[in-house]
Amino acid sequence: MEFFRIRRTIPFMRYALVFNAISFITFLVAVGFLLVRGLNLSVEFTGGTVMEVSYKQAANLEQIRSAIEARGSGEFQVQNFGSSRDVLIRLPLEKGSSSGQQAERVMTTLKGQDPAVELRRVEFVGPSVGEELAHDGGLALLMVCLGIMVYLAFRFEWKFSVAAIIANLHDVILVVGMFAIFRWEFSLPVLAAVLAVLGYSVNESVIIFDRVREHFRTMRKASVDEVIDSAITATISRTIITHGSTLMMTLAMLIFGGPALHYFALALTIGICFGVYSSVFVAAAIARYLGVKREDLVRPQKKEDQSQQIVP
Amino acid sequence: MNRYSLWKYLVIVVALLIGAIYTTPNFFGEAPAVQVSSQKVTVKADAALLAKVEGLLKAGGVEAEAVYLDTAGLSTTIRVRLRDTDTQIKAKDVLESALNPDKQDPAYVVALSLLSRSPRWMASLNALPMYLGLDLRGGVHFLMQVNTKEAVDKRLDALVGDARTLLREKDVRHAGITRNNQQIEIRFRDVETRAKAQTLLSDLLRELALREEAAGSDLLLIGTMTPAAAKTVSDNALKQNITTLHNRINELGVAEPVIQQQGSDRIVVQLPGVQDPTRAKDIIGRTATLESRLVDISTEGQAAVLGNSPVPFGSERFTVGRSTPVVLKKEVIFSGQQLQGAQATFDENQRPAVSIELNETAGRIMRKVTRENIKKPMAVVLFEKGRGEVLTVATIQSEFGSRFQITGLDSPTVANDLALLLRAGALAAPMEIIEERTIGPSLGADNIRSGFNSTKYGFMAIAIFMITYYLVVGFISALSLAVNLLLLVALLSLLQATLTLPGIAAIALTLGMAIDANVLINERIREELRKGKPPNQAISEGYEKAFATILDSNITTLIAGIFLFMLGSGPIRGFAVVHCLGILTSIFCAVFVSRGFVAIVYGHRKKLASISIGQIWKPGTNA
Repeated sequence: MEFFRIRRTIPFMRYALVFNAISFITFLVAVGFLLVRGLNLSVEFTGGTVMEVSYKQAANLEQIRSAIEARGSGEFQVQNFGSSRDVLIRLPLEKGSSSGQQAERVMTTLKGQDPAVELRRVEFVGPSVGEELAHDGGLALLMVCLGIMVYLAFRFEWKFSVAAIIANLHDVILVVGMFAIFRWEFSLPVLAAVLAVLGYSVNESVIIFDRVREHFRTMRKASVDEVIDSAITATISRTIITHGSTLMMTLAMLIFGGPALHYFALALTIGICFGVYSSVFVAAAIARYLGVKREDLVRPQKKEDQSQQIVP
Repeated sequence: MNRYSLWKYLVIVVALLIGAIYTTPNFFGEAPAVQVSSQKVTVKADAALLAKVEGLLKAGGVEAEAVYLDTAGLSTTIRVRLRDTDTQIKAKDVLESALNPDKQDPAYVVALSLLSRSPRWMASLNALPMYLGLDLRGGVHFLMQVNTKEAVDKRLDALVGDARTLLREKDVRHAGITRNNQQIEIRFRDVETRAKAQTLLSDLLRELALREEAAGSDLLLIGTMTPAAAKTVSDNALKQNITTLHNRINELGVAEPVIQQQGSDRIVVQLPGVQDPTRAKDIIGRTATLESRLVDISTEGQAAVLGNSPVPFGSERFTVGRSTPVVLKKEVIFSGQQLQGAQATFDENQRPAVSIELNETAGRIMRKVTRENIKKPMAVVLFEKGRGEVLTVATIQSEFGSRFQITGLDSPTVANDLALLLRAGALAAPMEIIEERTIGPSLGADNIRSGFNSTKYGFMAIAIFMITYYLVVGFISALSLAVNLLLLVALLSLLQATLTLPGIAAIALTLGMAIDANVLINERIREELRKGKPPNQAISEGYEKAFATILDSNITTLIAGIFLFMLGSGPIRGFAVVHCLGILTSIFCAVFVSRGFVAIVYGHRKKLASISIGQIWKPGTNA
C-alpha cells in the first residue's frame, strides 16, 4: 500500500501568499476572539470551587440551579458533565467561607432534594494560587519558545528558528482562539496540551527544514523555491502518516477518555491538525520571506570556514 | 550488513528483562490490607509486635494472607494482607480493640490500606506497582500556605525580650526597646552606652544585624534580622508544621499520607483513600498555635481590661472564651512546639485538669518565670487564623519546672479537648488551605478505566495501521512501540513517580508521537528503495539518515517537556514527567530496539532480495 503517489514536486511556494493570507486572517480572528470574549478559564486559574456530583438517574439541572440560587452564591454554573446523571457545579470565590465549606453547604442542600446524590469530586482553589498558575503558565510558554528558538538557531540558522516559532505560535494562538470562540473550558491540562503541541509541531517544521538543508546540498542548481517545494513534497507522506497516527491516539482519548480528558484531547487534536498545516504551508514560507539562502545552511568548505571565523 | 553485534542484542535483552520485571507488579492488582504503626515515640513496631499481631489475628479467627514487617526509612510498619474487604474490617476491629485498650490515648495506629498482590521477591527488588495519584485512587488533597512572616515576627518579639533581659542583666541602661515592623529599635541617651550595648548584643544575639541611627535627640540602635536568620526561622517553622501535620494525620489513621514541602512556604497534604474529607479537614485545618503568656497585672494593664486606657506597650488584649477581656504580656513563656505531652487528668480535689510536660529548655524558662511570679495569673492562648483566644487563665501556685498541671477547668470534656489540642502539637506558624481537591473513589476508578481504554484503543489503531501499511517492517515498528510502552511503564514503576490522569494521557500521547520515529525510518527506507538501492543498504541508510532528524525532532519536544516540568505544578507536572521519560524511551526504542528486530529478521540473510515494507511505488510506473 502506498497512499502518496506524487509524480512531481508540488509547487507549495507558488501558493504561499494565499495560505499566508488565510493564516493571517484566521490569526486575527483568533486574537480578536481572545481579546473580546476571553478564555473560559477553569477554576484552577480563577479561584473558586468546582463540584462534581452524580445522581442515580438523570439529574434535574433546573432544580439544582434554583436550589443553589436560593443560597445566593453569586454567579455560578450548573451543567452536565459527561452524562446526564453527572453534574458539574462551579461556584465563585466566597469571602469569609474557607475552603470546602461552600461545597459542604451546597451538598447539604442537594442531599435535601435527593438523598441518593453522590459527591464525586470537589476542587477548591484560592485566589493567589490561580494568579500564580496563570503566571507560571505564561512563563512556561515563553521559556518553551525561547528554548526551542535557541536550539533551532544553533542547529540550523536564525531564520529557520524564527520562522518555526512564528508558525507554531500561530498554531498555539489558533488553538487557544478556538477555546475562546467556543467557550470551551481552558484548564491546566489544556495548557499542558497546548505546550506539548508547540513542541510537537516544531518538530514537524524541523523535519521539513532538515530536508530543505539536505536538498540545498544535493540540488545545487535549483532555486530556493524549488528546493523548499521539493523538501516539502519529499516529507509530505511522512507528515501525514505520522500525524494520522498521533491523531488516532488523540481521537482515542477524545472518544474513550471520558469527560476528564475531553478538552485535553480536543486541544491536542486541533493542535496537531493546525501543526500539519502550519509546518507545510506557513513555516517554510516565512523562512523564505526572511530570505533563506543556500549559503545559510550549506556550510562552506572547512578551509574557508576557518578563514571566516577570524571575523566575529 | 545489517547484523547487530552481540552486545547490542544483550542491551536489548537486558532492557526487556528489566522492563518485564518492573512492569509486572502493575498486573497483580491490590489486596485489602491492614497496617499497624506506632503512634508514640516510646512504642516501637518491631518483631515482638509482629508476633503479637499474628497471635491476635489467630485468636480472632482472621485468616491473613501475609503478615510482615515493613521498614521504610525510620518508621516501621506491620502490614497484614487479607483476602477480601470483610476480613479486612474484621482484622482491623480485632487489632484495634486489642492494641489500643485506652481509646483516649491510642498507642498504635491501625489503618485500612491496600497492598500489591505481587510476590515478595519482586517487592524486595523494589519492583512495585506505579504510584497512583489521587485523581486515580480517590482521596483528599490540600495545599497549605504557611504564613512564615508570622513566625519571623514572633521570633522578633522573642528577641526584643531577650535584648531587654540581656541589657538589664549587664546593667546597660537604655530608654526603651520597641519592635517597629521588621526591626527592633533600642533608644539610648549617650553614645558610650550605645556602643557598649552594641558590642554586647552583637556578641550574644547573632540573629540580629545592628546599626546605629539618630532620631531627633535620641540615639538609636536598630536591629534587623539577618536574612540567613530569617530564613532559618521560616524554614524551621515550616518543618515544625510538617511534623505537626504528621502527628495530626496519624490520628486519622490514613495509610500512606503524603506530606511534603512545596516551594519555600507551602505544604502539600495528600490523603489517599480518605472518604470523609470533612473530618480530615477538621483535624488538619485546625490552624491553631498555642502559647502561654503572663497576664499583665500592672495598673495600666488592668485599666486596659476595663477599656479605660490604651493597652500598655508590650501587652496585648485578648478575650477569654467569647467575651471576658484580659490583657497579656507579649513575651511567650512556652509555645506549642516545646510541649512533650499533655494528658487529661484530675487534680487532688478531683476536679478536671490537664497535666503537661515540657521539654528541657522550656522547663528551665518555666522554673524562672514561675519563681518570679508566684500567685500571679498565667494564660494559655490559642491562635487561630491570627486571632488569639485565651483558653484558660490559671494562677501560679508555686515554682515548677517542666511538669505541671493546668487546673480550674470547667469539665472533663474541656480537659480532654485541651489535652488533645496540646498533644496534637501546635503549629509554629499559622497556615491556610489555599487549594483543596477531593476525588471520590468511584471517579478514580473511572479515570483509570478511561485512561487505560484510550491508550489501548489508540495503540491498537496505530498497530493495525502500521502493519497494513508497512507489513513486516510495520509489525516491527508496532512491536518496538509495545516495547516502548513496556519500558515506560517499567521506568515509571521503578522511579515511583506519581501517575495521574494527565500522566496516562501523556503515555498515550507519547506513543502517538513515538510512532513518528518509526514512520520516518520506514519512509526513508522506502525512499532509498525507490532510488533503486539494494534492500540491505536501504535499511542501513534509512536508519542512518533518519537518526539526525529523529534526534532533532525529539529534542524540541523534550525542551517543551522539560520547561513544563520545571514550571508546571500539579496535573501539568504529572504530564511532563511521563512525557519527558516517554521521549527518552521512544528514542531508544525507535533507533535501537527496532533496529535490533530488523536485524533479527533480515540481518542473517547474505543476499536480501526484498524487504516486506509494503508496496514501493515509483514515479513513471503504473502499479
